[in-house]
Amino acid sequence: MDNSKNEAMVVIENVSKHFGHVRAVNNVSLKIKSGEVVVIIGPSGSGKSTLLRCINFLEIPTDGDIWVDGIHLSKKTKNINAVRREVGMVFQQFNLFPHLTALQNITIAQRVVRKRSKQEAIEVARQQLQRVGIPEKEGVYPGQLSGGQQQRVAIARALAMNPKVMLFDEPTSALDPEMIKEVLDVMLDLAKEGMTMVVVTHEMGFARNAADRVIFMDEGSVVEDTTPHDLFNNPSHERTKLFLSKILK
Amino acid sequence: MNQTTDTSEIPSTQGQITDSLAQLPWWILILALGAIVLVIIFINDQTYHEIFAFLRDGIIVTIRVTIIAYAFAITFGLIAGLGRVSTNPIIYNLATLYVQIMRGLPILVTLLYVSFVIIPLVITQINVFGNYLASINLLPADNVLALLGDRRAGLEVNFEIRAIIALAISYGAFSAEIFRAGIESIGRGQMEAARSLGMNYFEAMRHIILPQAVRRVLPPLGNDFIAMLKESSLVSALGVQDITQLGRLYSASSFEYLKTYNMVAFMYLSMTILLSLGVKVMETRLKTDG
Repeated sequence: MDNSKNEAMVVIENVSKHFGHVRAVNNVSLKIKSGEVVVIIGPSGSGKSTLLRCINFLEIPTDGDIWVDGIHLSKKTKNINAVRREVGMVFQQFNLFPHLTALQNITIAQRVVRKRSKQEAIEVARQQLQRVGIPEKEGVYPGQLSGGQQQRVAIARALAMNPKVMLFDEPTSALDPEMIKEVLDVMLDLAKEGMTMVVVTHEMGFARNAADRVIFMDEGSVVEDTTPHDLFNNPSHERTKLFLSKILK
Repeated sequence: MNQTTDTSEIPSTQGQITDSLAQLPWWILILALGAIVLVIIFINDQTYHEIFAFLRDGIIVTIRVTIIAYAFAITFGLIAGLGRVSTNPIIYNLATLYVQIMRGLPILVTLLYVSFVIIPLVITQINVFGNYLASINLLPADNVLALLGDRRAGLEVNFEIRAIIALAISYGAFSAEIFRAGIESIGRGQMEAARSLGMNYFEAMRHIILPQAVRRVLPPLGNDFIAMLKESSLVSALGVQDITQLGRLYSASSFEYLKTYNMVAFMYLSMTILLSLGVKVMETRLKTDG
């Protein structure tokens, strides 16, 4: 294994994912350094969510290799759970566990996967709820929380596992407009604290303010991979210009 | 003529009254009334006293068979239900084979087949195994395995046990389908969230999917329990002395068919209707909880 794979937090090499005849992701290679915030944008159906889900093997790539923190993932990987616990994931639909309270949502994986004591898990959970700004909601079931609060609990749940990378799959797309900010603020704080983040989003403001790199994907391929300043001010590809002209007024 | 205009002018209150009258659970009232009448008749009739005394032990047998068989049935059902949602083709096909065979057989046939074919075969095999262990001096010659099924050794597998095993195997297939439906009703995102936190498949099933799925299938499982209570009357075909069998014995010797079967029907109905009201309460509770 060459050295670059050890230095980078996430290495994606020639990854493809096909669903039948549909090529959702087509031969993509990327490197994400520790502490880097990478935002992936692109039209719907461009494969950005599928690529993100390949990083923790929720989708198993048809071809190619992935390294997370130096651990190689391939089709035959047996230690997939060892990798997943180092990679936090936040979903568009939150996917909180409705039969558990906010606090229990955050403690369950710590106890089952990290084998932490009940006391320790609760302590960590309370810290994380504090961090996302809703410590008073610990005894509440997800059904009684607003969308923004649910998503913040979901972020706290992922953070409680002390992940090395956080993946965000359109975290604000299912939210009412007035709740988007509270979730983005939490994500901005995380970025400032130096968390390695890969974010699929349509929030161009977040990409501008928090991203170290913005990647534009279309039809399963990386079209552009550059700084937010360059991407928004002088995109080099026609397809990027077309997409930006539609999404920015 | 006037009457037609009159009724159309006051339809609201009258309509409401007939509506709310129609909403009343009349069937419960009629049943309760019938039950009261029957109980009064029972109390004042010496023959009914005798019939009740004769059938009393049968109630215990019926309840015992139902509860034990049901406990095993939901255990088998949970295992087979998990097999039915498994992505492992061997496990999936084994579970599906079991469910299809058991659902395709009349329960009476299953009872007879298990009692007179499967269990004697299994006992013989266990005897052979026990004798083999004795022959290589691992166990004494009179070990439990070698003597299983032997009446003189007190190890007879009686027909109540056989009936319980048969009912459990049969009903396991029905509850397997209930568990499968419950598990499949939980959105894919729940499994993905659990797996993305590093849980393996079994941890995610146990801590995330099953607790939600079991809650959803409690009402149909309750209905299965009621069905099991009724179906347990089939064990009378094996001579197990449940309510039905004792009723058959009593009526055959006394020729009191009407009164005996009145009592038999009354006993089953009072148990099943109470249980179905319990399931209804459970259903509405789960609904209001969301």
